[in-house]
Amino acid sequence: MSERDDNGLYDICIKVNDRELRGKVKAETSLLDFLRANNHTEVKRGCDKGDCGACTVIKDGRAILSCITLALQADGSKVYTVKSLGSWEKMHPLQQAFVDYEALQCGFCTPGMLMSAKALLDANPKPTRAEIREAISGNLCRCTGYQKIVDAVEAVARGEYR
Amino acid sequence: MKNKYSVVGTRIAGLDEKDKVLGNVVFAEDFTLPGLIYGKVFRSTRASARIKALDVSKARSLPGVVCVLTAEDVPNNESVKNVVGQTTEVGLLEAEHQVLARERVRYWGEAIALVAAESLDVARDALKLIEVEYEELPAVFDPLEAMKPDAPKIHGNNNVIASWKLRKGDVEQGFAQADVIVENTYRTPRQEHAHIEPESGVAWVDDMGVINVRYAAQVIEHYRDIATVLGVPESLVRVIGTLIGGGFGGKEDVTVEVFLALMAWKTGRPVKLTFTREEMGYARHKRHPYVLKYKTGATKEGKLVALEAQIVSDAGAYVYLSPWVLIYSTVHSTGPYLIPNVKVDANSVLTNNIMTSAFRGFGGMQVVAAYEAQMDELAEKLRLDPVALRARNFLKKGDVTASYQEITSEVWLEKCARAVLDALGPKSKGGKTTKVGRGLACAWQSYGRMTYLHDTSNCWVNLEMDGSAVLRTGIPDLGGGQRESVRAIAAEVLGLNVEEIHVISTDSQVTPLSGTVTATRALYMSGNAAKLASENVKKIITDKAAEVLGVAADSLDLKDHRVVVIDDPRKNIPLVEAIKQCHFEGKIPQSLATFRAPFTEPIHSDVIKDPVFPDFTFGAQAAEVEVDVETGEVKVLKWATAYDIGQAINVNRVEGQMEGGVAQGLGFGLMEDYLEVEGVPWTWNFHDYIIPTSKDVPDIKSIVLESGSGKGPFGAKGIGEPAISAAGPAAANAIKDAIGVRITHLPITAERIFFALRGEKG
Repeated sequence: MSERDDNGLYDICIKVNDRELRGKVKAETSLLDFLRANNHTEVKRGCDKGDCGACTVIKDGRAILSCITLALQADGSKVYTVKSLGSWEKMHPLQQAFVDYEALQCGFCTPGMLMSAKALLDANPKPTRAEIREAISGNLCRCTGYQKIVDAVEAVARGEYR
Repeated sequence: MKNKYSVVGTRIAGLDEKDKVLGNVVFAEDFTLPGLIYGKVFRSTRASARIKALDVSKARSLPGVVCVLTAEDVPNNESVKNVVGQTTEVGLLEAEHQVLARERVRYWGEAIALVAAESLDVARDALKLIEVEYEELPAVFDPLEAMKPDAPKIHGNNNVIASWKLRKGDVEQGFAQADVIVENTYRTPRQEHAHIEPESGVAWVDDMGVINVRYAAQVIEHYRDIATVLGVPESLVRVIGTLIGGGFGGKEDVTVEVFLALMAWKTGRPVKLTFTREEMGYARHKRHPYVLKYKTGATKEGKLVALEAQIVSDAGAYVYLSPWVLIYSTVHSTGPYLIPNVKVDANSVLTNNIMTSAFRGFGGMQVVAAYEAQMDELAEKLRLDPVALRARNFLKKGDVTASYQEITSEVWLEKCARAVLDALGPKSKGGKTTKVGRGLACAWQSYGRMTYLHDTSNCWVNLEMDGSAVLRTGIPDLGGGQRESVRAIAAEVLGLNVEEIHVISTDSQVTPLSGTVTATRALYMSGNAAKLASENVKKIITDKAAEVLGVAADSLDLKDHRVVVIDDPRKNIPLVEAIKQCHFEGKIPQSLATFRAPFTEPIHSDVIKDPVFPDFTFGAQAAEVEVDVETGEVKVLKWATAYDIGQAINVNRVEGQMEGGVAQGLGFGLMEDYLEVEGVPWTWNFHDYIIPTSKDVPDIKSIVLESGSGKGPFGAKGIGEPAISAAGPAAANAIKDAIGVRITHLPITAERIFFALRGEKG
């Protein structure tokens, strides 16, 4: 970790979606604030207290809440946001399944929800419905009732989108 | 059954959804401009107090602070306005609204001052430098207490700010005919909307002097409210609505827009304001808590003969939409049943609690908790099957309600009720300490605004030279797919693929005003407007093609980019040819169309004697729950929901509304209650205000029925609000079935069950 400079700031470097992102942060700056201040507004702020899951990103292979992770804690690590998954031309299977199954409505919880689902399938490619519900239980969704989200993740796990 | 439409009634994977999964959508808080400053709101920490002194000088002098605004800086800070539909008994609203509290605060969290600064950190620091001296005033927190003559007055001389009544037949005679009578008092919670996206926006004054506010708005027509507060012409305020990260009525009343416009106007700088989750909790309106005293009588054959009810809603400290919410409760209070003798008295009462206003269901929701519990209690006393009892009393098409409105669409309640119970399948078995129960609830909910409001919706459609189309609509997209619906409707009429239609929406100066995304009116109103405009464009094309083909215009249809003779499809011309011809002759294939809901006269009496709504949606939900009798814990095992939605436009989206309604309604019934103690809010964030997670909601079977009898496009009815209201009551009836004890106070938490099973009050 870098030394604190005269303005009380630290130099950090995080690999975000495989690109180096450097910046100066305060000790108390959250990873969420750092990402959003650097144009990663695809990472959403819903509660800022680690309760809603909208800010979920994958850090070093694990789904984490960026609002209660310090930017300093992510210094030197690899962070992936929803933008790492796919593009308009070639969507990630989870993204395609979310669209096909209408696993979203307003779409605000979706970037976090997708990252929790991605972390689950990376660790457990064939989860049961109960395991899917467990894995996304930290991601609140107020629109869908979760039904179609579970359906979409299950469809990917079933191999519908290979 | 074969779908008679090519786009409508299918499962449409929308273009907006694609942008949402890719993380491309620029939600309200994601937007920025060069030179942006950050706003914060300074709020009251008293529920009822006089502001003796307010000193913002230290905050103003903090380096980095751009402005601090108080009531003195707001051109038109106070307003007293008569809400259309306000009861004549109560008279003109004496309650004042204030943008920023001037002399008095009436609830904990009321806005007192605005701060804008070069950074959010500085804005936060400045809040701490604002000094207020309060003098505590008498307060009242219980609406029943607040109705008493000697209660402290929140505004004016009367805390009762709306009264509505139903009067039909003679309830005394009705109860005399009854073989059984059930009497209960029900209480429903103060529910938080809990949309995951906080209220947020950015405002700026552009190079033509127009105040622009880009924010998450359910009602872009609030540009008029902004203009009123600032004292500027409405033509100089522009609202740009974003795709909304959930609203449910939480973004229906004014949120950030007036504050934003004030700060941008005063500073000349672009400014962003986002409410924190805690602020959403303690400063923003909630669903009205209700007390509902119900007395229902039936004959031994199971015919309802009389209903008498007293309904009281807690309006909180400001009026907002409480009178309207109450009229919904009053009209819907009988449930979807034909009852010959009805006497309902409903009152909405001001208190020093957090204000209450619009929330999905809008007063039609709380009454379901009473009337559906009553139906099950009656069925038990009469030893009748709950479905059979209900079926004997369901409204039918052609019946007249207790609010004197004829039902003009199909009522498929019995179909819905049987479908949901069938869908639950075999009953699960309980465990050592658990009991399994099942419950049903049926409900009705209007769609479309109250007809005395004379609601209209506009849409503009035009065909481009290449045969693609642009559709302009003011309707905001709440997340329910409102944009995708109008796109599908235009595609259906114009014979195009959805990808060929670009929808421009939600801009008060660019798109024709389409009205609010509230009251389950978006599909009904803006969908009908989109259909009208598309049909007008189609007519311009078919008129031209009829000349070319030498046939009658009404023998033509638009299909697969061609204008086709319906009975002889070989006779056709390409759509683009017809478009070119139209342009050549100056008949541009475009249309600005207005759809008008039925208009009725303003209500002149407190007794509702005339139709209030365009139509109703009917449906049923059934739940299976497992209750641990040792701990009171409830596990929801199964759920089914069925609605006659007239005609699905996008089946995915209909199911989505129904499933989301289950989850939010299940929260209302079992989990959610926004707690205040003596007006001090206690449940500020999602760790203390608990909403259903993926583990609280079971798999849901959605059954979409289509009678084709609705007033919306292609015979559609609305589904947004209807989807929620039967959920909590279905769970409540299931718990009663499991444990044999009726709990009348929602939410039915483990604690309430635990104590109820031991004969104590929770």
